[in-house]
Amino acid sequence: MFHAILFYSFAAILVVAALGVIFARNPVHAVMFLVLAFFQSAVLWLLAEAEFLAIVLVLVYVGAVMVLFLFVVMMLDVEVEEIRGGYTRYAPLGIVIAGLMVVELAQVIWLRGKEGFAVDGFRPTPEGYSNTEALGSVLYTEHVYAFEIAAVILLLAIVAAISLTMRRRPGLKQQDIASQVAVRAQDRVRIVKMASEKPE
Amino acid sequence: MNLSQISPAAPEITLTLMICVVLLADLFVPQEKRVITFWLSIASLAVTAWVIVVTASSATTLAFDGSYVSDPLSRLMKLCATGIVGVGFLYARDYLQQNDLLKGEYYLLGLFGLLGMMIMMSANSLLTMYLGLETLSLSLYALVAFERESAKAAESAMKYFVLGAIASGALLYGISWVYGVTGTLHFHEIAEVIRQNPGLNDVPLWFGIAFMIVGIAFKFGAVPFHMWLPDVYQGARSPVTLYIATAPKIAALALLFRILVDGLGELHGVWQGMIMVVAVLSLLIGNIVAIAQSNIKRMLGYSAIAHVGFILLAVFTGSETGYAAALFYTLTYIVMAAGAFGMVILLSRQGFEAEAIRDFKGLNARNPWFALMMLFFMFGMAGVPPWVGFIAKLNVINAVLEAGFPGLAVLMVLASVVGAYYYLRVIWYMYFDAPEDRSVFQSQADTRFVLSLNGIAVLALGILPGWLLKLCIDVIGHS
Amino acid sequence: MTALIPDFVMLPWMAFWEGLPPLMQLLFSKTTLIVFVTVCIILTVAFTTYFERKVIGYMQGRIGPNRVGPLGLGQPFADVIKLLIKEIVVPQKSNRFLFIIAPLLSIVPALATWAVIPLNPTTVIADINAGLLYVLALTSVGVYGVILAGWATNSKYAFLGAMRSAAQIVAYEIAMGFALVGVLMAGGSLNLGDITRAQAGGVSHWFILPLLPLFLVYFISGVAETNRAPFDVAEGESEIVAGFHVEYSGVAFAVFFLAEYANMVLISALTSIFFLGGWASPFEGWTFLGAESLLREPSFFWLAVKIAFFIFVFFWLRATFPRYRYDQIMRLGWKVFIPITIVWIAVEGVMAWLRIGPWSGMAG
Repeated sequence: MFHAILFYSFAAILVVAALGVIFARNPVHAVMFLVLAFFQSAVLWLLAEAEFLAIVLVLVYVGAVMVLFLFVVMMLDVEVEEIRGGYTRYAPLGIVIAGLMVVELAQVIWLRGKEGFAVDGFRPTPEGYSNTEALGSVLYTEHVYAFEIAAVILLLAIVAAISLTMRRRPGLKQQDIASQVAVRAQDRVRIVKMASEKPE
Repeated sequence: MNLSQISPAAPEITLTLMICVVLLADLFVPQEKRVITFWLSIASLAVTAWVIVVTASSATTLAFDGSYVSDPLSRLMKLCATGIVGVGFLYARDYLQQNDLLKGEYYLLGLFGLLGMMIMMSANSLLTMYLGLETLSLSLYALVAFERESAKAAESAMKYFVLGAIASGALLYGISWVYGVTGTLHFHEIAEVIRQNPGLNDVPLWFGIAFMIVGIAFKFGAVPFHMWLPDVYQGARSPVTLYIATAPKIAALALLFRILVDGLGELHGVWQGMIMVVAVLSLLIGNIVAIAQSNIKRMLGYSAIAHVGFILLAVFTGSETGYAAALFYTLTYIVMAAGAFGMVILLSRQGFEAEAIRDFKGLNARNPWFALMMLFFMFGMAGVPPWVGFIAKLNVINAVLEAGFPGLAVLMVLASVVGAYYYLRVIWYMYFDAPEDRSVFQSQADTRFVLSLNGIAVLALGILPGWLLKLCIDVIGHS
Repeated sequence: MTALIPDFVMLPWMAFWEGLPPLMQLLFSKTTLIVFVTVCIILTVAFTTYFERKVIGYMQGRIGPNRVGPLGLGQPFADVIKLLIKEIVVPQKSNRFLFIIAPLLSIVPALATWAVIPLNPTTVIADINAGLLYVLALTSVGVYGVILAGWATNSKYAFLGAMRSAAQIVAYEIAMGFALVGVLMAGGSLNLGDITRAQAGGVSHWFILPLLPLFLVYFISGVAETNRAPFDVAEGESEIVAGFHVEYSGVAFAVFFLAEYANMVLISALTSIFFLGGWASPFEGWTFLGAESLLREPSFFWLAVKIAFFIFVFFWLRATFPRYRYDQIMRLGWKVFIPITIVWIAVEGVMAWLRIGPWSGMAG
């Protein structure tokens, strides 16, 4: 009961936040709504005792991705009204597609219930069960191949991004830190010994 | 985990290690000696090919808890893809050097793309398949945009990326449906679940199949998901176009085989109709629009769409003969495509891209040997006997007739006749027009040698197709 | 405890307590603990400001605050009262809502992280399995306060400060995360209590020895994450006035101030727990201290000593080093710290494989 109350209240906030992302007039507000939505989804995962996923969601999306998002959004001067024009025009189509997807998802759930697939309610995990450990052991055994491919894709993404963006501009002044560190006093300062003189 | 569990994946592991070697070595190679990277890449391909051959057996082995499969089909495809990527690298070398584009990243992205293709060819789960596809696509997007200063390349890369992302999304959405309905990601388990629960053959699963076919058709470049193909072929630099036009076609065929045949073979009746519509449209639109092109890369793009129509019709039959014909068609088509784009590269030089069909005018007067080679490629693609394209088309038509669709066979013959027009136009320009440009080709001897070999192969395979055909039938039978 | 409270209060209270449902009991006891910890942190912060002024004063040959109360100990309270009665000025063209909420976004993560910090072997607010990840997640959330403050103020100085801070925190978070991967490998758990327990057995068992490079990276990244000198380019009063909080005054400013110091205390506590054995005593196993010596027992006292030491190091750094230039900060984070941590994780892998250091007792 307590569990259900928590679930529905957080889910309600999640829905409100998701709507806020779409309807916020200010792009920065939209991003902040998205952050809130991520937090709420993390809480829902926590309620399902998937603490690893929940915390990683906050760590990766809220802590890194959305910060960069915010970074970009703040730098850009987004004309919200201009985008809004297209928004109302495509809204009916969007609503139709959203409705279709709801129907489809409902159908899959219904189908899985019908065909003798066991669908259980929420079952609390036994004492001492670690979601992180369970996930790690599956990731490094059963799905190790996919996991390694994902690593290769990240390497590829780095290579691709660097090859597309890095350029050596001629005439750019760069400091060579190693040579700065390696500098010694005798290279820069010349100490001249001279006899002291007396003013006449 | 011990070594024997991962040893079936030896080719992929070798290639990954070699990519890392090339990546690190390229860092220390000075720009003037960038050719070292090229030779290292060729060496990587050679080592990979050697590993594929050494580990080959006629058995089918599953690895990584069933997400990886090593069977004769995957090994044949991998070997061909490795070879054709090597040929592409060789053709590209002098061109890249002349145009100041010789950078390690071209080879790295090419090798990464090959890795993605190999992952796809050996994928036995929807997840692995998707990851392999993403590896391939990501390398291709970056390769198309490889020349940063060119606005045209950037535009086509952007188009390719946006449309490719949508197609990946469609595929993933379809995958999620199939997973939701069957409850498993592995192809053999999906087939098993569907066999045991005939009730699953219902709207939700069809829905998933439709979305997956959208994704597959996009990767193939089949109508109506072909919009990116001519633009990308034209916008990318010729060596990149050569890369895109060849090996990824085998990977796309693997995608089709693994998902539709291995996983959803039981539902042949469901996807047959969708494949047919896509294939027929590709045949018609590819061949007809190609006639209007004046840019040879664009023309070859539309011709690729038409060829994809043939491949899809061969798969459409759902018979082993059909699958073998599709495999044979794809393997021989990429040989011809590699040669044709090799010729485009050969004719180009510093600051000049031989893109217009006009640029082939009077090739016979300039260099009769390579004019003859181009003639081989064009006749091969048009399907004129005794070149190999004829045998390939004949096989497909045969399979379609066997499956009981004489109407489609007639359509294919008609489409071939229409298609012959634009191939013959190139030949007409080469032999019966005066040359406008008399510059000398700047390729090195090894490139010319391989290109000649490529041309002769198109003819030789046409005269002696038996062994390859038998190999294709064997491979399909064993998988 | 019972001796302090007379029976006529205690007995009805006990009866009432027993009568409550378990959920209410849990809620009540946890809330009490949370309030207690929060108040303690705020008091610590108050005296940390005093400590800072004293330390830096002496380092610069001055005396520091000595007017309010004995030894100037009343100074923090005088400051608080001053800030509380000042007006909060909201700039006219600022984004009012975000402007007000930004200081809160920066203080909340700093306080919330204490939920998983084990204060002594038995006391921790939330003994969760993924504690270390929780710490990482919340420290990374703290940047929102700074960014939003900078943007909402609608001033170029504030905005520059916010941008600098965002880039800096994102860069150093990676190094921090990697350093914690090393701790996780050594401790074999994500639970902070378990990590501390893995270091039991005297100084030679503390992770600072096998993980020395990671310790240095972690602490220096911690200094950078809290935007403290010499990494305080986000404030940089000599370049961009006061950075992201240039327009803040009164209580709003006080909250930012509180957040910065609370983060310092937090980083000190985390460093103590991850690398110096947290509550563990450095004299563990020293028999000549006597059979019953309290000095050998693990207790909150030792954690407090370690925290105080690291806070002192924060001030020491501030008094010693000039401010880093911005590109140098970025270079240090991306090109020095991240490679160091990656290399050391590999070294740790080899150590674990060969059973050296904390892995010597590991089975299989």
